[in-house]
Amino acid sequence: MIDQHVSLLLVVIPLLAAPFVAVLPGRHLAWLATQIITAICFALAIYQLLQVLQGGIISYELGGWAPPWGIEYRIDAANALLAVIIAGIAAITAPYSLASVQREIPQHQHSLFYASFLLCITGLLGISLTGDIFNLFVFLEISSLSSYALISMGKQRQALTAAYQYLIMGTIGATFFLIGVGLLYAQTGTLNMADLAARLPEVIQLRTVHTAFGFILVGVALKLALFPLHLWLPNAYTFAPSVVTIFLAATATKVAVYVMLRLNLTIFSSDFVLKTPANEIFLTLGIIGIIVASATAIIQKDAKRLLAYSSVAQIGYMIIGLGFASIAGLTATLVHIFNHAIMKAALFMAIGAIFYRIGSSRLDDLTGLGRQMPWTFGALIIGGLSLIGVPGTAGFISKWYLVIAALEQDNWLATIAILGGSLLAVIYVWKLVEVLYFKVATSERQDVREAPLLLLVPTWVIALSNIYFGFDTTWTVGVAQTAIKMLGMS
Amino acid sequence: MSHNLILRIISKFLIPLIILFAFYVQFHGDFGPGGGFQAGVIFSVAFILYTLVFGLDSAEKIITPVVLRILASLGVVIYAGTGVASLLLGANYLDYDVLGKTPVAGQHVGILVIELGVGITVASVMILIFYSFAGRDRD
Repeated sequence: MIDQHVSLLLVVIPLLAAPFVAVLPGRHLAWLATQIITAICFALAIYQLLQVLQGGIISYELGGWAPPWGIEYRIDAANALLAVIIAGIAAITAPYSLASVQREIPQHQHSLFYASFLLCITGLLGISLTGDIFNLFVFLEISSLSSYALISMGKQRQALTAAYQYLIMGTIGATFFLIGVGLLYAQTGTLNMADLAARLPEVIQLRTVHTAFGFILVGVALKLALFPLHLWLPNAYTFAPSVVTIFLAATATKVAVYVMLRLNLTIFSSDFVLKTPANEIFLTLGIIGIIVASATAIIQKDAKRLLAYSSVAQIGYMIIGLGFASIAGLTATLVHIFNHAIMKAALFMAIGAIFYRIGSSRLDDLTGLGRQMPWTFGALIIGGLSLIGVPGTAGFISKWYLVIAALEQDNWLATIAILGGSLLAVIYVWKLVEVLYFKVATSERQDVREAPLLLLVPTWVIALSNIYFGFDTTWTVGVAQTAIKMLGMS
Repeated sequence: MSHNLILRIISKFLIPLIILFAFYVQFHGDFGPGGGFQAGVIFSVAFILYTLVFGLDSAEKIITPVVLRILASLGVVIYAGTGVASLLLGANYLDYDVLGKTPVAGQHVGILVIELGVGITVASVMILIFYSFAGRDRD
């Protein structure tokens, strides 16, 4: 039975677990349930990826209504890979959350926290698996609403403003997306992505379709924090509880990049996109985003905010790959979605471990702690090297493919931006290292000890995976290439 | 409170009617306009009116926030559980055909149960939101 329903179970299991977790008494039960559920999801996601790689596209009809009338889940290698990333990051964040959540969130909110966390996983997995564009909007809202709630649970009061800011921007993004979907529906009478792709060529010259494309593009760009629509992101990442920052930084924006990919390749054909200025916009904003966001990261005074700006810059890399509209470029985007998830997870986990000890992530408070917390610091170094793109780490692989894609099209500006972004990354990662290792700890922080094992083990698992995927690329580049083939690029 | 006499009498008269209408919208939903969401909102209006007239404390004696939280979760469980029930009966998720003796009967049962779940969750969440706004100046 599982064979046939695996894609559906991925969405339904966390959805069904969330209401139970919300009413569970005590903090350990809620955590334990979350841990088990995320582990099951991770196993299912891997199983699903293997199924897709062997047997091709999976299609699942909800309620037994055949597409295009009913909602269809349609899984090819691209969304199967994305589901593995989401479920994997969730499964590795879950053990980390036991200690971290206990420190950062008042106890009476624990069960609500884990319930929102599960709903967020449901939403993100739903976005990645569904083949229906309206259903995608619904899941987008599920994941967004739960992440607003999660961010607002941060310890500092600014968390509320950050969540509110994200709520406003996120709602505008979702509204734009929905307006676009509405226009498409008015023109074609269908919401199924595959059916849309089949019907759009007839009406492609109409202005309504172009308007729809524009609306959806801007809506998704807001969600993925494309420069200059990224203003909600730094505050949200800085003030959210550490666990939430780790999970959202590693998954939420990536899912939006995937939606953009799906939009450009599956729904609107690449011929249509080539006739619009979309790819030029992607390239221009991507290049400016990399440079400006990396430069902004350098002058930050808070470690989490520094990494948040670095995330905006990394989104730039993914979008540039999309803008190339070539096999190499799209492969680089998909690979970087995966690699950036693991490198940012490692970095935010390390910062979260320090936050666990001292309750702050301001650079002034972190001085010298690298020496007192050597293991945490080690993981941070690996994550940082991967972020820079040093050979032997996952980051190198994605930068390599991206540079190849840029050179393929003789796009020197993009090449310079990609390499220049890496140099800027060296500066801001070095800034972290300098503060953590080469400055002396203030007298009141002399007795800060290494983070507990509960935090260190997940951090190191993710950190080592950065090195593993820097050497073995069958699961990243290999799957990405299969995915691009399945998306019909040639 | 004595000067609110007219309000209290009228609302005592209205509240049962509102609840009755909510049930009508709920259970007539698969034949006419209506359904769980609308019914849930109407149902919660009865409680909101009661809270406005008789105060938050007496409203919370009738239904406490803890119960509401459980009910809100229960609705989701009913909805998602119906889908799992059709899974267990060997069909696809939320395929109501297998829930009754004939597919048509199954569709009726399915939509009724699903909408009940929606109604319960919407009503309890609406009341919860109102409670938390009304109780803001307590702490």
